Amino acid sequence: MTGAAEPELSTQERKAQEAELRAVWRTPSGWRYWTSVNNTEIGLWYGAAAFLFMLFAGVLALLVRVQLAVPDNDFLSADTFNQAFTLHGTVMMFLFAVPIFEAVAIFLLPSMLGARELPFPRLSAFGFWSFALGGVFVCGSIFFGAAPNAGWFMYPPLATDKEYSGIGADIWLLGLSFIEVASIAAAVELIVGIMKCRAPGMRINMMPLFAWYLLIVAGMILFAFPPLIAGDILFEMERMFDWPFFDTARGGDPLLWQHLFWIFGHPEVYIIFLPAIALMAMIVPTFSQRPIVGYSWIVLAAVGTGFLSFGLWVHHMFTTGLPQISLAFFSAASEAVAIPTGVQIFVFIATMLAGRVIFSVPMLFGAGGLAIFIIGGLTGVMVALVPFDWQAHDTYFIVAHLHYVLIGGMLFPVVAGIYYYYPLLDARKLSDRLGKIAFWLMFSGFNIAFFPMHLSGLRGMPRRVFTYPADIGWDWFNLVSTIGAFIFAAGVAIVVIDVVRPKHRQPKVEENPWNAGTLEWISEPEEKWGVRSIPIIRSRYPIWDQPGLIEDIKAGRFYLPDVKDGARETLVTSVLDAEPIQCLRVGGTSILTILAAFSLGGVFIALTFHWWIVTIVCALVTLAAIIAWLWTGTAVIPRQEMRDVGLGKSLPLYTSGPQSVGWWAMFITMAGDGTAYASLMFGYFFYWTIHDDFTGGHAGPGMLWPLLAAGLFTLAWLAMLLARRFNDGDRPAATRLSLLAALLLTLAAGGAGLAGPYLTGMDPTAHVYPAIVWVVALWTVVHGGVGIVMQLYCLARSLTGRMDARHDMDLVNVVLYWHFLVITAVTSFGVLGLFPGLR
Amino acid sequence: MRLIPKEIESLWTLFTAPTIWALHFLACYITAAVTCAKAGAVPFSFDTMRLALGLITLAALAGIVLSAVLAWRQWGFGSGDPPHDEPTRKDRLLFQGFATLLLSGLSFVAVLFVAMPLVFIGACQP
Repeated sequence: MTGAAEPELSTQERKAQEAELRAVWRTPSGWRYWTSVNNTEIGLWYGAAAFLFMLFAGVLALLVRVQLAVPDNDFLSADTFNQAFTLHGTVMMFLFAVPIFEAVAIFLLPSMLGARELPFPRLSAFGFWSFALGGVFVCGSIFFGAAPNAGWFMYPPLATDKEYSGIGADIWLLGLSFIEVASIAAAVELIVGIMKCRAPGMRINMMPLFAWYLLIVAGMILFAFPPLIAGDILFEMERMFDWPFFDTARGGDPLLWQHLFWIFGHPEVYIIFLPAIALMAMIVPTFSQRPIVGYSWIVLAAVGTGFLSFGLWVHHMFTTGLPQISLAFFSAASEAVAIPTGVQIFVFIATMLAGRVIFSVPMLFGAGGLAIFIIGGLTGVMVALVPFDWQAHDTYFIVAHLHYVLIGGMLFPVVAGIYYYYPLLDARKLSDRLGKIAFWLMFSGFNIAFFPMHLSGLRGMPRRVFTYPADIGWDWFNLVSTIGAFIFAAGVAIVVIDVVRPKHRQPKVEENPWNAGTLEWISEPEEKWGVRSIPIIRSRYPIWDQPGLIEDIKAGRFYLPDVKDGARETLVTSVLDAEPIQCLRVGGTSILTILAAFSLGGVFIALTFHWWIVTIVCALVTLAAIIAWLWTGTAVIPRQEMRDVGLGKSLPLYTSGPQSVGWWAMFITMAGDGTAYASLMFGYFFYWTIHDDFTGGHAGPGMLWPLLAAGLFTLAWLAMLLARRFNDGDRPAATRLSLLAALLLTLAAGGAGLAGPYLTGMDPTAHVYPAIVWVVALWTVVHGGVGIVMQLYCLARSLTGRMDARHDMDLVNVVLYWHFLVITAVTSFGVLGLFPGLR
Repeated sequence: MRLIPKEIESLWTLFTAPTIWALHFLACYITAAVTCAKAGAVPFSFDTMRLALGLITLAALAGIVLSAVLAWRQWGFGSGDPPHDEPTRKDRLLFQGFATLLLSGLSFVAVLFVAMPLVFIGACQP
């Protein structure tokens, strides 16, 4: 026994508990299977979809390689070639590399943390359906010859040129914005899950390293994706309504896109790389049969890389003519990031040296991947040096570098992860023999394909050319690259065959077949409940160090062994020491999430084709679905306040404020939202720096209306604070009146905010200054509109008896939203009103 | 008045030193970008800017050293060796202290890296 102290249940009682648990966590059958929100299904679908997208993008890459195999080839037309390589890059980055880790994390984290579920299973489902729909939309475009064709980073003015890029650029912008929503949803889910849903006793010094990495990565997503969303908004406003953000003739500047894209794009490399290394941090200790050497050093590396990766974005822009001192700052930071990256590799080597290494297929892929990654890292240090980059920029040297980094740092570890974790899916192992063949094909094919690209690049071959003449010394390198690419693809095909081949004749393996030490190996593929009972954790490698743990968990001797009120439940624990603080009821199977995702998808797709009425209808359906989802699934007042969770402990079922997971989710979402807003403001000041007079002689919104708007938003915020205070004092009438007053003030504030640019006749198509003023004002007013919806929601909750002094989660979270909103409003309208006069 | 703040128990202290690095980095980048873009309009020279950023660098380094000292204290002044994997509050604190100390070290070096161009580059476009 490892800490349980309940009277032992009879076998019959235990069976009854298990039957109840099974019923509550059951996955529906028939078509309703797809309405499941269980982390194991969502994780599996997410992973499978991402993998299919990867295979699709892989085929595109083979087409590209066939075209380049010989000089003056006409296998693909120039335009199809452009679509193929653009879609290849886009799909690999947005539809495979990032989502596959959201998938792995959603699948593994609950059992790894000893939780039944992540705190917002329906949000995971929403994210998956958004991703799947957006992905199909973006990929499908190539079959209509309408795929994006301006390169995966969509530089204007090429990508803003409607004649060249057609509808493809819109598909890219809107399709991917939709997928970015899914990523941010996953980030919220992962951060809250890792901080608040660990098993009791799993203090932060006990957390599996995978969780540490994912925590950092989710935080990075929160600060990296929003700048791209802001950039997408500007870009789409230019394409749709001719607002000249990137048009130099009217004061715009294409460089702003490059900044916003790479503020996202560079951290993204690490968003992709860190989770892959996280898999290695789980695999290496298992096959060395000892704890990791230098746990704290891994934490240093994860956090350090997370931060430093945000100081590197300009190294993609070394040839744009920025001041050399600026280039030097970014060059220095790019060199510095090699330190934490190196630390992780030395930690793995040290762990292997200190243990006895078992060279299995996962280790083979892991080690091979690291070897490839190190080469990519070293060429990375080379291109981080400005003078070298000036020579290598936009050549095949860069293509080689980035594939060494991404395939070594990401694809190989993912395949290692597939071989390692497959028994959790199917209770069977993949084939050792096929795995080894696949590895050697992939490893050798990869190097044959990509190593020559360094040389063709140094010989001056530029990226993205669709063909080349015979006599300039590139032909042999390209032919070898193409042969290598097919060898590599054969290896990938063997992995696919190994995964999909029928295995029902193969005997099941015992649980935990690799003798791993971490908690995810207690999960049983047949059971959907996550863990039979939520254990108390006393070690980093509980399966190794806590004898009897698995039996006690399975006998239901720990927390929450039973079901109450037919609800899906898990524990919420404190951030640092993981002390149980709440029994959380999570959402179950629902069609609402699919409805919300598909109608939101409809909004983005209709926008692409400028079907305005469909857009509005879809937006209304989305709003209705989300409100129905919140109304029925969140802040439900429980029948009893307390729940006996076992082991003599009783926990509240309802909490609000920083104790609750909802508060954290709001805080995290708004941190991301605030980052997008900061990116827009960066745009405002960016235009100020590049022009002597950034207004271009155009009239501004004046001082009166913007300052009035700022004042009214502040008053609305104060009214919200008052509403919360009245609610605390259990005065529902006063609460409702304050909410109503806040609502009217918000309406007035929004009107005043738009009145400034409207009444002064600012024309957003005339020049970038009126355009950026309009965007900032609109952003703020739209957030005010969301604030109004929230106020109405709280009013309705209060009027229907779903919100009172004790059960105030809705209001507390809405007030938190308003803290962010008031900062946004005061900044926006303060800057719009005062800055033109100050400068 | 106490010179060194009281020990606080929070996850966020881990991020102090990298946050100082980020702020220092932003200060260097924004100041240099504005100075170079508005060369005619700003009332100070490139060398004055270098000096100012040099002082900001010193302040950032001092902040990181302070974070390191606090972390060293949280780590019990090095009284125990890692791995700090016991299931106790004490080991959790020691782990936090040690990890924060390591991050302070990395941040210190990274600030020095970023500040180096200020020594070697004497104009926006030399």
